[in-house]
Amino acid sequence: MSAIEPVSQPAPSPGSAEPLVQVRGLVKHFPLTRGLLIQRKVGAVQAVDGVSFDVRRGETLGIVGETGCGKSTTARLIMRLLDPTAGEVRFEGQDITALTGSRLKAIRREMQMIFQDPYSSLNPRKTIGATIAQPFVIHGLLEGKDERKRAVQELMETVGLNPEHYNRYPHEFSGGQRQRIGVARALALKPKLLIADEPVSALDVSIQAQVLNLLRDMQRQLGLTLVFIAHDLSVVRHMCDRVAVMYLGRIVEIGPGDALYDFPRHPYTGALLSAVPVADPTLRADDRELLSGDVPSPANPPKACRFHTRCPKAQELCSIEDPPLEDKGTGTEAACHFPLSREEVAEIGVRSAR
Amino acid sequence: MAERLLEVDELQVSFVTEDGVVRAVDGVSFSLDRGEVVAIVGESGSGKSVTAMTLMGLTRGPNSRFGGSAKLHGQELVTASEDKLRRIRGEEIAMIFQDPISSLSPVHRIGDQIVEQIRAHEKVSKAAALDRTVQLMERVGIPRAAERARAYPHEFSGGMRQRAMIAMALVNEPKLLIADEPTTALDVTVQAQILALLERLQRELGMAIVIITHDLGVVAEMADDIAVMYAGRIVETASARHMFASPEHPYTWGLLKSIPHLAGGREEELTPIPGTPPSLIHRPSGCHFHPRCPYAQPDHARIDPQLEPVADEPHHHAACLLESQLRRRLWAELGSGCTPEQAREAVGLPAPPPHPERHAPAATAAGEPSGPVPEVGL
Repeated sequence: MSAIEPVSQPAPSPGSAEPLVQVRGLVKHFPLTRGLLIQRKVGAVQAVDGVSFDVRRGETLGIVGETGCGKSTTARLIMRLLDPTAGEVRFEGQDITALTGSRLKAIRREMQMIFQDPYSSLNPRKTIGATIAQPFVIHGLLEGKDERKRAVQELMETVGLNPEHYNRYPHEFSGGQRQRIGVARALALKPKLLIADEPVSALDVSIQAQVLNLLRDMQRQLGLTLVFIAHDLSVVRHMCDRVAVMYLGRIVEIGPGDALYDFPRHPYTGALLSAVPVADPTLRADDRELLSGDVPSPANPPKACRFHTRCPKAQELCSIEDPPLEDKGTGTEAACHFPLSREEVAEIGVRSAR
Repeated sequence: MAERLLEVDELQVSFVTEDGVVRAVDGVSFSLDRGEVVAIVGESGSGKSVTAMTLMGLTRGPNSRFGGSAKLHGQELVTASEDKLRRIRGEEIAMIFQDPISSLSPVHRIGDQIVEQIRAHEKVSKAAALDRTVQLMERVGIPRAAERARAYPHEFSGGMRQRAMIAMALVNEPKLLIADEPTTALDVTVQAQILALLERLQRELGMAIVIITHDLGVVAEMADDIAVMYAGRIVETASARHMFASPEHPYTWGLLKSIPHLAGGREEELTPIPGTPPSLIHRPSGCHFHPRCPYAQPDHARIDPQLEPVADEPHHHAACLLESQLRRRLWAELGSGCTPEQAREAVGLPAPPPHPERHAPAATAAGEPSGPVPEVGL
């Protein structure tokens, strides 16, 4: 049950338990340059630095972490919207990091993305009918005009939009409805993989639940595999089967949602969970332990364990030796030399355990 | 005996626009004692920020219209002269905003901005003001304050900028701090630090805080009392404990049932509020929430509910046309995991009259037949 399995895998056979996506040693460094005409490379933002995980068929994998942890970059790398510096992404067994041209286009049909901001991710000058039909145009599907319109209206109905509003423009819709348009567009090509990058963080509380329910229903109905990226740990718990916690470009803990929220082993996971304000005044935590300081710059991350500069449990070893991501015997894999114990989890005021 | 600090009475704020009059705040009343923390909760366009900004005199303009009153220690804020307001602002009320980067000048050093704030209200030497600045920065937890005072805002992280904003707000030890979504732009671990800082300052300085937020977690963590706003009005006020344990307004229920819980799980079902918040230019008639309310009755589109005390709970008020006893039975049903429809049936309340807003979009609450029910466009 390890999330990191050996890379050598036999060719995919239909119906096998082979994961839909296998990410191995993925690295993305953005160069930092100085100079106007002659640009010298003076360093690199290590946005993603050696990430390996699987996305299993039909599951929802959550990726959580704070600003700059590399969660969105990871999503863009899986989609090949960015080219990795190193490592590979296998989609149904095929390494997609080297694909180009028509073969890349063919793979892109299988994976779609929903973005955070429903205002900037829709073209204001296109009707929503045209927006949702765009994937058909790009891939030369459903050439007939009526055929295309019918398909679009069916999609609109599926996501809870009025099909009669086919000819309206994005500004005529509210934030939640725009996000539905984004979902309809993403589902147009019946993708196998849907990546949702902070799909509800720009929405009002009452609208959030509408979009979350829509995504869950779509997943159940269509058997989609979902990668769900968010910073809201309650939303991730609600949506995801498995959760990966990222910190400064690395996965520090990964495992089934229940295990991870019930008994976080990595001190960073523990700190995140204890920091979430809980909507119940009777659980008010008056003396919880707070993580001090800010996330260090990914251009100059700490050596060895990247969390050791903020970690309340850090020892000398943590600044010398990088801990591997390994099974800690309680359901999750964590990259930590000194994982949290049950007592410590209770002490730091983690209120996610049931 | 608690000392009354702020008394807001039937406050009204509207803005005249080309499209019509925006009634942003429509008869809002609440009060705040010294050292108390009140949260105003609502979605975008509920009028929560306009309420707060009006207390600071920040909504004044040629197209603004005001009514009602807001008194700080008996001094009227709504009609106060600009000069008087300038003195009150900073000395007695201070405000921090969601986005500290746009509230700080990018071309001045952080320390200089705080120094200026001190010298605007007091005649002190620059050197003395700088000493105070460093002390303030230390007080809000900025490490190496003397050195960091020379930094520019872009050299600070989001959390540090918010700390600098708080330091600036504390310059004159205000009695009231208005915090408008103070942690919304911050990461969760930094949010926890800022909330803890606000709590500590509130305790140490006996400062009252009005916190404006949409985050029910932040509210539960911070507030003594809560006011829930919808479409420019307060629809429910109660102590934090009561608001979460026995909410009385269907909108509050809707909010509480829309958020997933950290200790929930994959099985937890969310019940979204159907439709979208109304435009403040064309507000629905009667109870403004009736188009989205699963318990609305025909006459709710005519009668405008008033904020009234709830039975047996003198500090708890709700503006709802349903009977209090009925509401309690509905909440009990909802609390046991019922959908609004099941709760309505259990208490024998007829289904609401059809309204386009209330048509649950297809594929919402699981378990219901997800027929293709169209949602309205606007």
